[in-house]
Amino acid sequence: MLQLLKIEIFKIFKKPRTYIAFAVIALIILLIQIALKFGGKEYVGLMMSGMGDSFEEIPTEIILNSYLVCFVILNLLLIHVPILVALVAGDAIAGEANMGTLRLIVSKPVSRIQLLLVKFIASVFYTMILLIWMAILALFLSILLFGVNWLGVPRELQFNVMESDDVLWRYALAFCFAAIGLICVAALAFMLSVFSDNSIGPIVITVCVIIVFTILTQMQIPFYDETIKPYLFTTHMLGWKGFFYVKAIDGVTEKGSIEDLSAILKSAVILIGYTIFFLGVATWYFKRKNILS
Amino acid sequence: MKKVITIIFSCFLFGQLLAQAPQELLNKIKAKLEKVNDYTAKGKLKTNVVFIKAPIASVKVYYKKPDKMKIVNENGISFIPKGSVNINLAKFLSASGNYEIVDAGKESATGLRILKLLPTDENSDIVLSTLYIDEQTELVKKAKNTTRDNGTYELELIYGKYTSYGLPDRVIFSFNTKEYKLPKGVTFDYDSGSKKTPGEDAKNKKGKVEITYSEYQINKGVDDSIFK
Repeated sequence: MLQLLKIEIFKIFKKPRTYIAFAVIALIILLIQIALKFGGKEYVGLMMSGMGDSFEEIPTEIILNSYLVCFVILNLLLIHVPILVALVAGDAIAGEANMGTLRLIVSKPVSRIQLLLVKFIASVFYTMILLIWMAILALFLSILLFGVNWLGVPRELQFNVMESDDVLWRYALAFCFAAIGLICVAALAFMLSVFSDNSIGPIVITVCVIIVFTILTQMQIPFYDETIKPYLFTTHMLGWKGFFYVKAIDGVTEKGSIEDLSAILKSAVILIGYTIFFLGVATWYFKRKNILS
Repeated sequence: MKKVITIIFSCFLFGQLLAQAPQELLNKIKAKLEKVNDYTAKGKLKTNVVFIKAPIASVKVYYKKPDKMKIVNENGISFIPKGSVNINLAKFLSASGNYEIVDAGKESATGLRILKLLPTDENSDIVLSTLYIDEQTELVKKAKNTTRDNGTYELELIYGKYTSYGLPDRVIFSFNTKEYKLPKGVTFDYDSGSKKTPGEDAKNKKGKVEITYSEYQINKGVDDSIFK
């Protein structure tokens, strides 16, 4: 099994397209960091414009630090990274079928379930490496470029501030949560990959699903808010932000607090549920699939 | 009957004699404050505004006679409300400019003397200042300023070690806040599913900022460049 996994990981990282995602992430992060380095004060000023009526001076130069930069990057990227994950996960089975090697693989003395699991774990491994790459650039490179200070998180109706020594653990948990969300997307692309003999189809369908679901998640229409939105996995993928929403007593942030941990856990359970469902469907179909290519 | 009227009249006159004249009382307070030419003070700033959740921040407060005042963020993120430069009483009084004093008697609950200051300058931003004074200690315990543009703000002053200078150990500054709202398309908020959002509490639009001073350095000189 481990040997199989090593082979699958080798196959993923042998393909040049695998590295496109790493290059794209590095490029976007660097572009955001450069933009914030030179025009960050204006950006923070815009973000804090709602407070200008009540307060004298907004400490933009303090608010603009590595922790905020990382938050901004994650805010922008975690909506689009699923598309990059789909590039690899959607190719896992359909790519083999497309190249005509799937029949050869399943003819080996390995069960189809084992083969499917190994391919999925390899996709998960790729997703994790991508996320770690993102963490290194978004958090640690930002620390080098912008320094550390308190983190201010802008929300629709409030502004949450936490002390600098109360932030890193939140990022650690946020990245873990983001991993759950991205694995869910990988499972969706993987499931679609099982149904197809061409990798373009699963990748495009996954991207379309993410785009449509994200639009529905962000739409402010009460009808969707109560009916569809709570069930979309894209709604729950934003759960990583919950680690940066704090509790307060008389306006003072409670150190180490999370505003609604149960909601985050619920979102995590829903995402894991979706992942199991997608994998279950993939396994059920793959076991019965008539492999001709 | 004549005796009763005489006694009542005498009591009233005696009471009036005991109560200090408003101008005299204000002059005594001002004289106390005049002893301070400048000061630097370290403080802890606590913000209590409905749309902000923030830890207690460290600030440094600078004052120089007659009306220079600055609050500088020392550590962390702090929000200084508009009008908060008037947390210094000397500046608060000078902000009113020239004024007419109206004696409004005493506050029934606390026994504090109430003086209302009406600025004579028609263009003054301050419409009315109300001072609540402890006559025995000659200290202003509470103050209210009604402004043209920034609503009403209140000061509550708690004294300790620096009473002789009329400087408080703790100041609570209450002010009106305006609504804070960012587009959801910008923030991409995580919706936890709970119906109640903090913004719904924004009906109570009174914010508070509390500064607890840890140490004052009085009349040691403060450079003008700090206030630029």
